[in-house]
Amino acid sequence: MRRIVTWAMSTLTVLVLLFSYNTSRSSQPVATADTRRLAGTSQQANGPAAGVSPGQQPQPAQAPGGAPAGSSSKPSAPSSPSGSTAPKTVAGDPVMTPYGPVQVQITLQNGRITSADALQAPSGSGRDQMINSQAVPVYNEEAVTAQSATIDVVSGATYTYDGYVQSLQSAIDRSHQ
Amino acid sequence: MARDVLPRKAWVEHVMGMPVSIHLRGDDVSSLRAARAVSATFDVLREMDRIFSTYRADSDVLRLRRGELTLQQCHPLVGEALAIGEEAARRTAGAFTTLLPEGDGGLGFDPTGLVKGWAVDRAAGALRELSRVSFCINAGGDVLVDAAPDLPASDPGAVTWRVGIEDPGDRSRIAATLSVTSGAIATSGTAARGAHLYDPATGAMVGRVGSVTVAGPTLLWADVWATALFVGGPATVLSFGTEAPGYRSLTL
Repeated sequence: MRRIVTWAMSTLTVLVLLFSYNTSRSSQPVATADTRRLAGTSQQANGPAAGVSPGQQPQPAQAPGGAPAGSSSKPSAPSSPSGSTAPKTVAGDPVMTPYGPVQVQITLQNGRITSADALQAPSGSGRDQMINSQAVPVYNEEAVTAQSATIDVVSGATYTYDGYVQSLQSAIDRSHQ
Repeated sequence: MARDVLPRKAWVEHVMGMPVSIHLRGDDVSSLRAARAVSATFDVLREMDRIFSTYRADSDVLRLRRGELTLQQCHPLVGEALAIGEEAARRTAGAFTTLLPEGDGGLGFDPTGLVKGWAVDRAAGALRELSRVSFCINAGGDVLVDAAPDLPASDPGAVTWRVGIEDPGDRSRIAATLSVTSGAIATSGTAARGAHLYDPATGAMVGRVGSVTVAGPTLLWADVWATALFVGGPATVLSFGTEAPGYRSLTL
């Protein structure tokens, strides 16, 4: 029964910043989606958070020793340009979501995320909490693997064909046709 | 590892009123056999559309509604859809229904909410027969992933698809990702088309923001539950805990 949906639903997820893809630039490779930034969704304790985004400029996610995004408001160790092995903790800016404030803290080592924690999570409505209590909580290991994620397919509210043309799914499809 | 080295190929067609893409991964994806399996998959979707479409005047469902056909004269799948719809209404504590308002103020049989997921589940059979190939079908935002039985179900060698869940507040962003080797992921929300989900309890269309994603073994039930949890209340949420073993939800 290992053959089952594996949730990688995240304490911390990679937001693929969508380079407003449009059809007139169809020669543009999908790889330009590479400007990723990290954001937290606070699946961990209480509830969901949509559209969480740390407040700073996006940076390449895999810059060695660097913070992927967010304001490094409280590094626990100084960063070393040569990529030291000392762990570094970075807190994202608190972000207001429809469900309440969300703030995520990540720990990096050699530029890789080794753990992710919600500093603040929305309390949400009772209903949302109930729904999410059914969901598999997201754990750090999965958040960590999400760092290097590229997206193969997109699930979202049903779109029309017109909506599809401008969608990330459309860009993914084109890159493999 | 396997995911990066295996050849991958995609097909997209406009079926059942939405874009449907099929992606294959495996050594064999450029073969004639693969192309035929993809074509057979789209054929099943088109057949389901001919039977169930509420946009085609000659579909069995609309002819049934107009009284031109009896249920017995319809394709046998129509009766099955009716039964699934009743089961879905029961399991979801009434949050899912196939009885939708019609122009005259009454309620008419409209299985659209379950046909998509069900059609994809049925259509995927042809792809599962492709030796050492993994596939991913995306039907208008609802996703089914599986592989031929001769591919490993877990590492090493399993083919994993990374499914991004759209941020309902900003559709250009991914709010979460799931890794799937085999299973279905359905998302219901109003971000893409405005209020188009019907709440049987109030008789009104649902205008709330956000989305609900459900993952589990079949796209039929993942989609039914995503819709039900999006429109439903606490009773539906409780039912989800007991009536949907193997399914998980995420609310954004």
